[in-house]
Amino acid sequence: MKHLLGIKGLTTEEIIEILDRAERMKHEVLEGGKKDNLLSGKSVITLFYENSTRTRLSFELASKYLGATAANITASGSSVEKGETLEDTGKTIDEMGADAVIVRHASSGAPHMLSNYTNASVINAGDGMNEHPTQALLDFMTMREKYGSFEGLKVSIIGDVKHSRVARSNIYGLTKLGAEVVLCAPTTLMPAEIERLNVEVTTDADYAAHNADVIMGLRIQLERQKSGLFPSVREYHKLFGIDSRRLALAKKDAIVMHPGPVNRGVELSADVADGPQSVIGGQVTNGVCVRMAVLDMLTGGNK
Amino acid sequence: MKQIIKNGFVINPAQGFSGKADILINYGVIERVAENINDYDAKVIDAENMIVAPGLVDLHVHFREPGYEHKENILTGSRSAAKGGVTTVLCMPNTNPPIDNAALVEYVINRGKKAGLINVLTTGCVTKGQKGEELTEMAELKESGAVAFSDDGRPVSSSGIMRRALQYANMIDMPIMDHCEDLSLVDNGSMNDGFTSTYLGLRGIPKSAESAAVSRDILLAEELGAKLHICHISTKNSIEAVRAAKARGARITAETAPHYFALTDKACDGFNTNAKMNPPLRDDEDVEAIISALADGTIDAIATDHAPHHSDDKRIEFEKAANGIVGLETSLSLGITYLAKTGRLSMMQLIEKMSTKPAEIINCGRGTLNVGAPADIVIFDENEKYTVDASSFASKGKNTPFNNMELYGRVHRTITGGKTVFSL
Repeated sequence: MKHLLGIKGLTTEEIIEILDRAERMKHEVLEGGKKDNLLSGKSVITLFYENSTRTRLSFELASKYLGATAANITASGSSVEKGETLEDTGKTIDEMGADAVIVRHASSGAPHMLSNYTNASVINAGDGMNEHPTQALLDFMTMREKYGSFEGLKVSIIGDVKHSRVARSNIYGLTKLGAEVVLCAPTTLMPAEIERLNVEVTTDADYAAHNADVIMGLRIQLERQKSGLFPSVREYHKLFGIDSRRLALAKKDAIVMHPGPVNRGVELSADVADGPQSVIGGQVTNGVCVRMAVLDMLTGGNK
Repeated sequence: MKQIIKNGFVINPAQGFSGKADILINYGVIERVAENINDYDAKVIDAENMIVAPGLVDLHVHFREPGYEHKENILTGSRSAAKGGVTTVLCMPNTNPPIDNAALVEYVINRGKKAGLINVLTTGCVTKGQKGEELTEMAELKESGAVAFSDDGRPVSSSGIMRRALQYANMIDMPIMDHCEDLSLVDNGSMNDGFTSTYLGLRGIPKSAESAAVSRDILLAEELGAKLHICHISTKNSIEAVRAAKARGARITAETAPHYFALTDKACDGFNTNAKMNPPLRDDEDVEAIISALADGTIDAIATDHAPHHSDDKRIEFEKAANGIVGLETSLSLGITYLAKTGRLSMMQLIEKMSTKPAEIINCGRGTLNVGAPADIVIFDENEKYTVDASSFASKGKNTPFNNMELYGRVHRTITGGKTVFSL
């Protein structure tokens, strides 16, 4: 594997391999306190064209825990602001000898494009509405920790599916891994013909929650209300918010996930977000593990 | 100076003629069409095993001059047309500045004459600066040589302005060529809304963004008895609207482009910016509707929407990439490969859609091999297979989704007004 552009292009075996490796990283590096030098001498660049706190920090820590040199470029204050194309930025980074470039971009497909113009491994840290593969991998890791396998798991993803790269990456992976995926959103926030990805589609959040093993809330951008995609936050929460009543419809020990940051009282009620079934904190930890595993695999530090 | 095109298979849709015949050209005009013409003063052009048809008339090209000469200019555009068998083009006015006054109309026409390869005609804008606010001086644009009005690339959003434009253009018996698009429905989309857009995570443009605008403008034109030509039609429902309007007797004509019958939105997979255009590529159902509508006459013409771009405009993120593809050098082959060879259109129908009908729509007195007509002629081998090589295009634009595709039908010679402007 040279790049990680999306879950779409991965085989089930590759996903499992990343998860296995991420688990080892968790035991050895994070919990074992063993700061590994697997990536010593490697340089990792984060190239973020969109704001991010947790993903960026997570990648930076993952690189540093493995002994790599990490450097940052943000769109503002760089040559990007001066109108440099992605192609030229990619070539420049290449000339400086980076081993991996972690890119987040508002345009779907930007990492794919960048991968054509650089020798470094490109890792997609979120592109437009397309994919966010490391987020999905950390979600899979979190589910596997709880359930051991994916076969027959009912995973209900509730929220702004249309604009969500997290949802898409989860769908591509979970359907490969054997889980049953249910998507729930207002019709205005559901993309066209998504049922062709072998998922069930509903607008009834109670139905989605019913008997679920995993309930995943997706972040909703509150500005979208202004463009008529939903009438009010109040009505959104009433119809699609995950509160304790709705959560009670799921399996008894179901887990609640969210890629963060959570709009409290919108996607999740506060008691659910902070409650015993929430694994949101664990997701963040697993994010570092998954990113260590991916960096290790792609930059070949495991020899 | 006389020339005879000998031994070819002549197709002249204007008279419904197809058969073996020779064509005698004298001083740039067709003098005789008959079997076995011999004239010892004439230069002979052999067309054995070839089809000899009226030169193609393309109602929709962007030659980018003035303002975007790094993408194309009138000379390179003319060369590209000649290579594709196209002898008359109609330029769209979305240049910089837009062609919204008489001086600019004359400029484009003069540049076309100076290039001296094909007939370069131009539209003028419907509204000043294509802003959709005030009408251009349409009568003066017509007097300077504009043959139709269009705000191509930008729709006239206001129904009120569109209605007045149709009303005024009708006074001087000129058609409006309509780029139909409701921008509020486009909503920053960059490809057709459907499974592929969902799969790629790209914002989708619903089909209604086109068909709602088509329906509106048909109703406006019909009420006024005005001539309306629908550009680059791409959806089934737009076609249904045109079909119904024609049945009611409205003065509506329509064109589509080869990519709308040769490709679907699946071509965007892999974030292929050479499959990004406006209107966007649609799906199988629309492709089928377009082919049926070409066959039954609902769609009158095939035009390329030849839209050359610099590679800098395409080698960027899909959402930021420019819309459009070049088309002049592949249109005939695509028509032959996807319409004639598949048996959906006869060769006569294909030539009619690519030459005779479009010439009638703008009333330019071409598109025929009738005696007395200007000798605008294309000679091609419908059975010759070749591989498209964008790097060899005469156009400055190499932006095509058809690169490396194997197509049927190769142009061997293009003649404009008796002068050979391209030969293989």
